[in-house]
Amino acid sequence: MGKKSDFGELETVEHDLLKHDCSIGQILKERGVSRRDFLKFCSAMTAAMALPASFAPRVAQALDEVRRPTLVWLEMQSCTGDTEALLRSANPTVAEIVLDILSVDYHETIMAAAGHQAEGALDKTIADFNGKYICVIEGSISMKDGGIYGTTGGKTHLERARQVCGGALATIAVGTCASYGGIAAAVPNPTGAVGVRDAVPGATVINLPGCPVNADNLTATIVHYLVFGKIPALDSHGRPLFAYGKRIHDNCERRPHFDAGQYVEHWGDDGHRKGFCLYKMGCKGPATFHNCPTQRYNEKTSWPIAAGHPCAGCSEPQFWDTMSPMYKRLPNVPGFGIEHTADKIGLGLVAGAGAAFAVHGVLNALRKDKEPAEENKEG
Amino acid sequence: MSDNCKFKCYIWELPVRWCHWINMICIVTLSVTGFLIGTPFSFGSSTSSFTMGWIRFIHFSAAYLFTVSVISRLIWSFIGNKYSGWREFFPLMTDAGRKKTIRMLRYYMLLDKDVPETVGHNPLATAAYVCLFGIYSLMILTGFALYAQHAPQGPMHKALGFMYVLFSDQGMRLTHHISMWFIFGFVINHIYSAWLMDIKEHGSEISSMFSGYKFTVRKEK
Repeated sequence: MGKKSDFGELETVEHDLLKHDCSIGQILKERGVSRRDFLKFCSAMTAAMALPASFAPRVAQALDEVRRPTLVWLEMQSCTGDTEALLRSANPTVAEIVLDILSVDYHETIMAAAGHQAEGALDKTIADFNGKYICVIEGSISMKDGGIYGTTGGKTHLERARQVCGGALATIAVGTCASYGGIAAAVPNPTGAVGVRDAVPGATVINLPGCPVNADNLTATIVHYLVFGKIPALDSHGRPLFAYGKRIHDNCERRPHFDAGQYVEHWGDDGHRKGFCLYKMGCKGPATFHNCPTQRYNEKTSWPIAAGHPCAGCSEPQFWDTMSPMYKRLPNVPGFGIEHTADKIGLGLVAGAGAAFAVHGVLNALRKDKEPAEENKEG
Repeated sequence: MSDNCKFKCYIWELPVRWCHWINMICIVTLSVTGFLIGTPFSFGSSTSSFTMGWIRFIHFSAAYLFTVSVISRLIWSFIGNKYSGWREFFPLMTDAGRKKTIRMLRYYMLLDKDVPETVGHNPLATAAYVCLFGIYSLMILTGFALYAQHAPQGPMHKALGFMYVLFSDQGMRLTHHISMWFIFGFVINHIYSAWLMDIKEHGSEISSMFSGYKFTVRKEK
């Protein structure tokens, strides 16, 4: 597939756009994707959805028969990191995901169309497939001052989100920014950035936080919908349980070192070289729900802890504020200087109490007490 | 009390004393293990060690014991004698209690020389205990909310769902940690005051927590 000329690919895209009714199985066959590769993909997706391997044939059967969903991808206040993660993901390859599995009718970063033509395509898609298309949103939505801090095609992001999410079957918020506002929403949040759920409260939103989103989780979420006809079970933050149902700490490959009591004490020390637990270096794995340890990134090559860096907690709400400082176990105490840890303040408190009572004790020892008056006696 | 003490009076019933000492042992255990969990050093000699595992096991076991003890004490405040009853803990609600609190405050602030007599709880102490039980609740809730995350969507995780709305995860850790220091502050106050009143009242304040008896001038009504 990768060997096709650019012209050939464009032709295929047009061809596919006309054939919205084709099932995925038909399209794959037409495209010459081998049955073996297709089944491998189905097995990988079954694993990503945390389903037993016996579900793989069911996934294959469903994908064989199901109609391709139409998908529009909107960029809001973002760094395009999630698109990057998707384009760089090896399995499914970009060709597979864009051309074979999904029908991406609008994607600001990778579409060929521009200007009025592109906006027209979006309007046509949301009109033609009203209530049937899936909307993917990347980036946070600015709410302050009427949302003027982020506009595309002359419309604020807020207007676009309301318009597109309103008619969507479901909205998938990819990345931490779209899920909870992310870095743009960090204190002092100058643009009033929020996640899609807060910006469009009525919409059905699935959050796939992470910085960036794991493309396998995005594909698995869509495949879940195609196979079961409903969105996956979500946790209280709107995240699919199959991907965010367990803490990083509880599935971590370095967990035995944590339980044993073997820690990295300094960067580059012996423990760091041996791959010991990064708990003391401020790892937020114990506070973060994500399937990084099992799913990993970039064709399951690696992920932060495997590479020797503590987890930053990027898939948790407001991680930029609540998970900082990145390399410390505990947050700083609000209202005190940056170097005041909970222990320093606690020690000061205890020392102060000790000193006060010592002085009180000395003063009491020096004075003469009286017997209480008869009317004040209790016993 | 001193010179005229003629009667011994049963003040602290067995459940009150048991709860008190279980709480003490739990707080010491939880503080030591909690410190090691918060700031461990590399105590594991090999990957096959389970040192942190055992420390956490002791912490969680002590946490369960502590929770049972605190809840038992709260229940006892409704069925025990008048000295252990819940009314004792709100001295400012009654006229007599308010007067006693003022006398106690004046004595503590070195304004009065009359040693205030108390057979049961000192009203300032009970006011402090109300705060302490607030901290205990916070400790138990934040502790178990963090603990419950090992089994997401389990019964404990769901029952404590409101905690994850009120606190961020790291916020819970910070609260759990700093509350320990507040308890240390209380402990210093508590031991000092017990020692002071033992010396000043001559009513065997400290040994009463072991025996349950105090010595009084008048017979118990």
